[in-house]
Amino acid sequence: MAADIVFDALRTALGPTAAAYALLAIGLNIHFGFTGLLNFGQAGFMLVGAYGVAITVSTFGGPLWLGVLVGMLAAVVLALILGVPTLRLRADYLAITTIAAAEILRLLVRSTAAEPITGGVFGLRQFGGDFFALNPLPDGRTYFGALAASPNRAWVMLVGWSLVALMTLLVWALIRSPWGRVIRSIREDEDAARSLGKNVFSYKMQSLVLGGVIGSLGGALFALSLQTVQPDTFLPQVTFFAFAILILGGTASTGGPIVGAIIFWFLIGSLQSGLRRFSDADMLPEFFGAQAVGAVTLTFVGVLLMALMIFRPQGILGDKKELQLDVS
Amino acid sequence: MSPKPSTDPLAGVAAEPGVPKPDPMLTISDVRRSFGGITAVDVDHLEIPRGLITGLIGPNGAGKTTLFNLLTGFDTPDRGKWTFAGEDLAGVPAHLVARKGMGRTFQLTKALSRMTVMENMQLAATGQSGERFLTALVAPLWRGKEQEITERADELLVRFKLDHMRDEFAGTLSGGQRKLLEMARALMVEPALVMLDEPMAGVNPALTQSLLDHVKGLRDNEGRTVVFVEHDMDVVFDISDWVVCLAQGEVIAEGRPSEIGSNRAVIDAYLGATHSEDPAHRKKRHERRAS
Ligand SMILES: Nc1ncnc2c1ncn2[C@@H]1O[C@H](COP(=O)(O)OP(=O)(O)O)[C@@H](O)[C@H]1O
Ligand SMILES: [Mg+2]
Repeated sequence: MAADIVFDALRTALGPTAAAYALLAIGLNIHFGFTGLLNFGQAGFMLVGAYGVAITVSTFGGPLWLGVLVGMLAAVVLALILGVPTLRLRADYLAITTIAAAEILRLLVRSTAAEPITGGVFGLRQFGGDFFALNPLPDGRTYFGALAASPNRAWVMLVGWSLVALMTLLVWALIRSPWGRVIRSIREDEDAARSLGKNVFSYKMQSLVLGGVIGSLGGALFALSLQTVQPDTFLPQVTFFAFAILILGGTASTGGPIVGAIIFWFLIGSLQSGLRRFSDADMLPEFFGAQAVGAVTLTFVGVLLMALMIFRPQGILGDKKELQLDVS
Repeated sequence: MSPKPSTDPLAGVAAEPGVPKPDPMLTISDVRRSFGGITAVDVDHLEIPRGLITGLIGPNGAGKTTLFNLLTGFDTPDRGKWTFAGEDLAGVPAHLVARKGMGRTFQLTKALSRMTVMENMQLAATGQSGERFLTALVAPLWRGKEQEITERADELLVRFKLDHMRDEFAGTLSGGQRKLLEMARALMVEPALVMLDEPMAGVNPALTQSLLDHVKGLRDNEGRTVVFVEHDMDVVFDISDWVVCLAQGEVIAEGRPSEIGSNRAVIDAYLGATHSEDPAHRKKRHERRAS
């Protein structure tokens, strides 16, 4: 049984969901890790990416590429709407605005009024056709050995992790450039950056847009992998998980989101697989029904974060020396 | 740019508040800023002479920092205008003020802690096209400029004796070294006017002299205009060409150092304020004299 749990966990850790969350965390890393922006509404960017694809393809019968583009453009618009009024103000204004906006978006797409377009509480499905039609992997066999991925799942994994690699490369290139230097200086002290002639507002806006668009790609990937979108996937806890991944991997380290996503989902995967298998074998107490899994997962993430803060506050790839400097 | 002329460029300028000067770099008119009930700055008229060092003095809370913040676009006045090198700068945002050549440092130093000393310097350079998003992705487009910037930064770091800290995080510097870094960094922007807010405060006496030499160097070797805030009167009288005294937001006196020392209004303004005459301060002054 232990081996089964490990394989289940690996399947989760390398699966499409982990890749999607890695993208969310890469976006948050740009916002929070490098620029110091507190975006607590990454779930909102994910939502527009997912619904961009779903609505364009499923509701309006448009092509997949257009759907992805719509999702990205919606993320740009969302970033502008969030950023214009708040980025000149203190950091907490952005935090409050983003968390509220993400929730408003979720309630909006699940509302009855929006049902003809968004499918309301039922969401949308059948928009992955184009995507899976592109799958070059032959049918009728499984992929990635013990991970036993179906051709479709293998295809999403390939595309997802390639996207993660590409975005990581993009962030790496940007952060080591003079652009990234300005971004990091804003995280350290935006008045200092201003006194040196940098247009802080413009850079914060660029950061918010970039991280949001990467988050929306995570949403599109997520939707395609499940081949369905539902509003209640985009609860605030999605952002909470993405932050947990970022902190676990190491805030402000370029590879942190990848490492964080894999380890995070490995742990979640083993937890959920363990619970399920123990429950199937009737080895859990009665009250520990299937509904408890969500609560246990959340509790576990909380404990994980606490342990991290105590034993390795810089995360796995983070720089301890950097963390110890006083940033006043 | 010419070195400091031997003849007094302010010859014939009377030592009275608001007096016009032959070649002002900065002209401030009727600038007022209040916080709730208190008026922090209320300057009728003040001209800062070009190419010279102006010492800005005044007891704590006189409004010196607020005046700096207003002039550099970090704060907005209730009313007022000022021109810098002939250009109206009221309402211009801080980053544009900096680009127009008005550099500043902060009373509470703002070292960018989790960036290296070199990165602090490089950041301040102007004209790096790699700071634009798309250009940033194509390294060959900005490498050349980066090298140029790095060389200039290295020269400045040597001058400010920070070269041995080049690759350390700025957060590891001592308070005095941070002041030096902030000044060196401000110079990377090539400002025509440098405003230094208490550059000597909290600096180890061993470093004060070299800081003073740097400030003089800005005027003598580079032809820059300097305005600096300092509490130590010996320092102020030593390096200033002109001294302006602020009290409760108003310019209560200005003149040559020799004239300010004996000015009645200045003495009165400082009488209540023990700050400049506390024993610790005297001791520090004494030590520097001895060295
Ligand atoms: N942001 C602010 N809010 C409220 N009061 C302020 C603020 N900044 C400065 N002041 C007040 O304005 C006055 C001038 O302060 P400041 O310019 O810092 O003086 P100085 O630099 O000469 O010591 C003080 O009374 C101070 O308390
Ligand atoms: Mg002050």
